[in-house]
Amino acid sequence: MLQQLKTTYTQDISLFANRNAVISYAVLILALLLVPAVLGEFYVGELGGVFIFAIAGVGLMLLTGYTGLVNLGQAAFLGIGAYTNAVLMTKGVPFIFTLPLAGLVSALFGVLLAIPTMRMTGFYLAIATLAFGSIIGTVFQKWTSVTGGFDGFAVPTPSIFGFPIEGTNGVYYLSLLVLIFVIWLAINILRSPVGRAMVAIRDSEISAQSMGINLSLYKTISFATSSGITGLAGALFAHYVRFLAPDSFDILLSIQFVTIIFVGGLGSLHGAIFGAMFVRLLPQFIAIVRDDLPFGIGRMPGLEPSLFGLVLVLVILFEPLGMHGRWLKIKAWLKDFPLHRRSGIRRQKTYARSERLR
Amino acid sequence: MEDAARLLQLVINGAAGGCIYGVIALGFVLIYKASEMINFAQGDLMMLGGFVAFSLIAGMGLNYWVGAALAIAIMAVFGFLLDSVVLRRVIGQPQFAVIMLTLGLGFIFRAAAGISFGYGSVTFVTPFTNKVENFGDIAIGQDSLSIVFGTVVLCAVLYAFFSKTRIGIAMQAASQNQLAAYCMGIPVRTIFSLIWGISAAASAVAGILLAPSTVLDVNMGFLGFKAFAAAVLGGFGSIPGALVGGVVIGIVEQLAGYYLPAGFQDVTWNSMLLLVLIVRPQGLFAETQRKKV
Amino acid sequence: MSLFAARDIAIQFGGIKAVDAVTFDVKQGEVFSIIGPNGAGKTTIFNLISRIYNLTSGELIFNGKNVTKVPPHEIAALGIARTFQNIELFSQATLLQNLLIGRHCHVKTNLLSQFAFLPPARDAELAHREKVEDVISFLDLQRYRNTLIANLPYGVRKVVELGRALCIEPKLLLLDEPSSGLNVEETEAMAFWIDDIKKDLGITVIMVEHDMKLVSAVSDRVMALNYGRVIALGSPGEVQTHPEVVRAYIGGEA
Repeated sequence: MLQQLKTTYTQDISLFANRNAVISYAVLILALLLVPAVLGEFYVGELGGVFIFAIAGVGLMLLTGYTGLVNLGQAAFLGIGAYTNAVLMTKGVPFIFTLPLAGLVSALFGVLLAIPTMRMTGFYLAIATLAFGSIIGTVFQKWTSVTGGFDGFAVPTPSIFGFPIEGTNGVYYLSLLVLIFVIWLAINILRSPVGRAMVAIRDSEISAQSMGINLSLYKTISFATSSGITGLAGALFAHYVRFLAPDSFDILLSIQFVTIIFVGGLGSLHGAIFGAMFVRLLPQFIAIVRDDLPFGIGRMPGLEPSLFGLVLVLVILFEPLGMHGRWLKIKAWLKDFPLHRRSGIRRQKTYARSERLR
Repeated sequence: MEDAARLLQLVINGAAGGCIYGVIALGFVLIYKASEMINFAQGDLMMLGGFVAFSLIAGMGLNYWVGAALAIAIMAVFGFLLDSVVLRRVIGQPQFAVIMLTLGLGFIFRAAAGISFGYGSVTFVTPFTNKVENFGDIAIGQDSLSIVFGTVVLCAVLYAFFSKTRIGIAMQAASQNQLAAYCMGIPVRTIFSLIWGISAAASAVAGILLAPSTVLDVNMGFLGFKAFAAAVLGGFGSIPGALVGGVVIGIVEQLAGYYLPAGFQDVTWNSMLLLVLIVRPQGLFAETQRKKV
Repeated sequence: MSLFAARDIAIQFGGIKAVDAVTFDVKQGEVFSIIGPNGAGKTTIFNLISRIYNLTSGELIFNGKNVTKVPPHEIAALGIARTFQNIELFSQATLLQNLLIGRHCHVKTNLLSQFAFLPPARDAELAHREKVEDVISFLDLQRYRNTLIANLPYGVRKVVELGRALCIEPKLLLLDEPSSGLNVEETEAMAFWIDDIKKDLGITVIMVEHDMKLVSAVSDRVMALNYGRVIALGSPGEVQTHPEVVRAYIGGEA
């Protein structure tokens, strides 16, 4: 593979890196469109779940991976999106409006969270968002007149211009469409001044400010887009599970979202997709191989959470760039084969960046 | 008059429960002060400590005091190893990586405990279980008394250790300025591991003290999040602050549980936590600091 | 005429007066250096001008406008750019992205247009890119264009920070120890650039610097500080031989 040389400035801001990328993504989308025709309903359903989590992952990636703001309460936004969508639909609002409204309402709550947490960084923000997520979770459970409390309620079937979006396949295609839209949106953000402002805030707030970046404004924008996108995922999630129960939006779900971006690879959109695949498919993979494992390991209770934790720990210890980083290394290895040298991709040594003032 | 007695009862029970949060929070703060790491698995360390003590005392039939001491020692060694094998590798990585790492460790601890001790809840009978002391109108369980007493003893021991012993003073030095401490010949890395050991031991104490007033189960570590609130309330970085914060959270929780409809306990302390973070982002006692350029 | 003026500026941290009643004028088109021993309050003055700190008293006048109460993120748009003593680049972004962030104060496209990357946003991006390319060729940074800052050597980062400040197209440039950490050759290159910035780009420069050779080579006027107070102000030669300055550096009774 030869390095493609750039000849115009537009190449740096175009949607795809080069012609090869256009072709491979087109093939990928085509393959995904054909999946329901080839694979059984179970696999289509699982992939649909991956898409929904990938949407939420892209949302969180913008906030955490690109703006450097931690959110351990992301599940709340998924819930807000899901309930906005489902409740409005039971009131007779057509799906075509409830989907964007779900994103909008979530974005508003994102702003609501952004304003008080503006000056927090690091783990203070982690704790604050954790508390926020917990409070919203309780609201879901206690506001029985709207959410149906612990009994939950059935989500109506969506339809667009009179065409009902039914069954696993319907949700699959809908999620794929929204995922593609969200990735497009994220790429636009990242190649625009907004995205650069986010990166600037992540890497040095003080110098971002001196470059003319209004910290409060851009942090709020980042929170709003992130939670808005997650709200869209929530709306789809409502149709995916078909029956909304308030306890599905707890801290464990929030931790899953953070795991998506961590295991996938911080600071890359690919990472969000890889991470969503990992988080959604690991339990299914365990379910499939459960009976074939020796010594009854597969039947051990708690296998799934322990593997989940183990992978998280291993990734942070040995591959801080996540699955995407590993993928890039494999690609580089293949490209240079057989002349590969380890030193080319050695990890940068980082020294303690103290957040204290000494 | 009955109301006043009830209020007093609630406050005392809350304070006892709050001591547990305070002791776990103390573990957070020790580690944070030393290495700027946040250990989200602190509550799970408490859970492990409780289970280790349980298996030594109820399982192997050891005397309560011997078993408890042994469990604390085991957890101290475990904490030491945890830092020297795992956590040391992420020094210099962003704070968030440490949060995720310890969250992941929490998953592993919970699964490990589940596999070894089962996922059901276990009743751990101690000398303090179901014994009540009466003070006039008020009845206080020996379990609550033992928690308060144990916390006081633990604090006294830690205070003496940090202010009187050579190694304790070295630890204080290391947490104030790593580089200077290193240049003075203090083995900073070992010190950090020792602090993790102490912090894990403190969590084990919390687990053992908590055992008589509740049941042991794998997910009890989630109350570590309340300890977080306690640490924040007291200003992360202040050990007495963490204890006070713990007691406050415990009392608020008890009162909320009695006077508010069911299920709002969590909202109360979470809202308090958010409020403190908003009004005083750096905690109640710490001073606002800004990076120097 | 004076482009920038500080009138009796002061800041107190607790009981310590880090900067105490400092007054100076910077003329259009000159290089104005601030020298002084460690802790004299040089960087603090920069932090006051870029509004990271709030003044305890005094006034800052830039281009005839009182900027004492302007929020820190609006300083760049007025035409004041700065570099930092210990380099504050965006280390996980490429050199190109860093310089483009320097263009932020000139961004006029609205948010919606950016989110959908409509033609106005695209055209604006290309226009910014052309400006950035000018800076890249001015500072000879072509070969590092797509390198992550974290992978660049220290000397290059120092130049990138200068470049990022130039992308703001400032009227006034604040350089905080431009030569610290640079070797002799790199320092010489820095001297040339500062001279070019003044003569070719017509940008006024305020510089905090320890390297006396660099200071005498490029400065028009020098101000010496000690304990937050001005002890001498004049041409580089005058200030260097000023008895108070000599005493401040060598020691003795202040």
